[in-house]
Amino acid sequence: MILVNKDTKVIVQGITGSQGKFHTEQMLAYGTNIVGGTSPGKGGMEVLGVPVFNTVKEAKEKTGANCSIIYIPPAFAADGILEAVDAEIELVVCITEGIPVLDMMRVKNYMEGKKTRLIGPNCPGLISPGACKVGILPGFIHVPGHVGVMSRSGTLTYEAVHQLTHLGIGQSSAVGIGGDPIRGTGFIDVLKMFNEDPETYAVVMIGEIGGSGEEEAAEWIQQNMKKPVVAFIGGKTAPKGKRMGHAGAIISGGKGTQAGKVAALEKAGVLVAPTPDKIGETLVTAIKKAGIYEKCLVK
Amino acid sequence: MKIHEYQARDLFCQYGIPCPAGIVAQTAEEAKEAFAKIGTTPVVVKAQIHSGGRGKAGGVKLCQSADEVYDFAKNLIGSRLYTHQTGPEGREVQKVFVAEGTHIAKEYYFSMTVDSANAAVVMIASAEGGTEIEELSKNHPEKILQQRINPVIGYKDYDGWEMAQKLGLTGDKAKIFVKIARGMYRLFLEKDCSLVEINPLVETAEGTLIAVDAKVNFDDNALFRHPDIVALRDFNEEDPKEIQASKYDLNYVSLDGSVGCMVNGAGLAMATMDIIKSFGGSPANFLDVGGSATTERVTAAFEILLSDQNVKAILVNIFGGIMKCDVIAQGIVEAAKAMEIKVPVVVRLDGTNADAGREILGNSGLSLVPAETFAEAAKKAVELAAQN
Repeated sequence: MILVNKDTKVIVQGITGSQGKFHTEQMLAYGTNIVGGTSPGKGGMEVLGVPVFNTVKEAKEKTGANCSIIYIPPAFAADGILEAVDAEIELVVCITEGIPVLDMMRVKNYMEGKKTRLIGPNCPGLISPGACKVGILPGFIHVPGHVGVMSRSGTLTYEAVHQLTHLGIGQSSAVGIGGDPIRGTGFIDVLKMFNEDPETYAVVMIGEIGGSGEEEAAEWIQQNMKKPVVAFIGGKTAPKGKRMGHAGAIISGGKGTQAGKVAALEKAGVLVAPTPDKIGETLVTAIKKAGIYEKCLVK
Repeated sequence: MKIHEYQARDLFCQYGIPCPAGIVAQTAEEAKEAFAKIGTTPVVVKAQIHSGGRGKAGGVKLCQSADEVYDFAKNLIGSRLYTHQTGPEGREVQKVFVAEGTHIAKEYYFSMTVDSANAAVVMIASAEGGTEIEELSKNHPEKILQQRINPVIGYKDYDGWEMAQKLGLTGDKAKIFVKIARGMYRLFLEKDCSLVEINPLVETAEGTLIAVDAKVNFDDNALFRHPDIVALRDFNEEDPKEIQASKYDLNYVSLDGSVGCMVNGAGLAMATMDIIKSFGGSPANFLDVGGSATTERVTAAFEILLSDQNVKAILVNIFGGIMKCDVIAQGIVEAAKAMEIKVPVVVRLDGTNADAGREILGNSGLSLVPAETFAEAAKKAVELAAQN
């Protein structure tokens, strides 16, 4: 597993909001070690038995947290990320959808050279099945195992994981990197971690139209990846110039098309699922070819 | 969000970007008066629609007299323009912009946009303006100059000087270019733009630079802090179904197929469109009801799908994460009470509270077509749409 495990100590930024509270409850039920939360002006309170602090710095000092998850409305979410970066939290997961792109531009540049890794924004978070969930993914569809999943889309991640679980294939970790054009962690960062993780034997990558993350990942895979990778790229039928929900999912200037991404991945030896219902089957084909099918099955 | 050229030009003026004098007109009479007020010949009369390629579509004309302006505006206002961006349905022209003509010596292209891979605003320029920049970038990428602006320190005049030099601008023209770049960057940041574009940026016979066209797009996510920009929104330019959807915070894009889709999550919604196509069908829309939809929003989404005359079958594809399947089910039941559903509805529910959702639908007395998997649901919806 990568990024989070049973020792991860999590604080929830925006724990007193309705989303923050609901998902804190869900994460606690999954077994995530939530040690605190923040909400300016509400320090001293408790939410679901979790202590609330005014600032991330204070929360970190008092609890020893090394991870934070952000459920803050879009207008203030960028500040929330900056606060966590300044408090030197190692891993920050931002769920918030709809952060202005210029806010993220500043955040991204401010983070250069800092100790924090950011996942998201506009993402479902991540999970290491059976150990820790930092996000909004439905825990019960996952089973512990050896396939890494990474995706730009939340619900499509669930769909892929669901297919894997039905085929008897467990997951080492599933990471939603988010649907915004400017984001913290990208596909290559996650691929590197899966490549080095001894418990991950193969990777499922779910991309979509817009940007060039998939093309760059394809190049990296060709040069460095030691494990089988399969992919699905959404948006084959999306019209040009229209934003398909995610701010990052738009074909502009003839770039970022599904066909271009599929071609780049296939050139790198990645098996690409033709339709979204075939993600699980495609992974099975790839791991059988690599002779690791039996090893990937849930015992 | 997009705005009209005349509105973008007003913003240019506020930010010190030189533009020709111009007046917007809603009738041929107003256009004629505008001609008199401008007082120079020729003038350019331009259709105001949210689309590029207006010139090629016959929406722009150089006019020498008041009568010529009147006749052209009379024909244009109320007519439809068909450009490569409007699609086959075209766009009705409701306003024209009458602008002072310029003596063109040379045309440049100049824009700023966000380079998301580098997390910075980038200046894009070319000494060959006026043409379709996408075409130019495809055929002659070497003719397009790009220069990143450091987001930490922001635009500095030396950024502008460097670009001016690359474009071959000297003397006063270079000075004006730097002033334009400075204004553009300030506009970009202060108004949360996603694109500021001048095409063409004209070098006049008199040796100055002037923005003959103006295009500004805004980041939808940042509109909450720009009520002045929101006020510029023109509902006539948008699909009525998309306007209705935006009232309920639904991500909806109208398409021309026959299978209406209601999905949670943008990625799954896109994938649902793809799978419909793979079974030989065609999606009527992209619709993401979002992660935290209420019964009210689901009902609104259903109403929008049913208001589309092209929809012959509806596919509901929900993978509950945050979204609970019973909420979706309740929304469908409420929608069915409020209106008559004349088309078959295929429903696939999975994930959080899927069983509770299926039970609500099963007990509702509605004739819905249940489906177990993503593929089965899409296949059924495509078949039913073809039969209907």
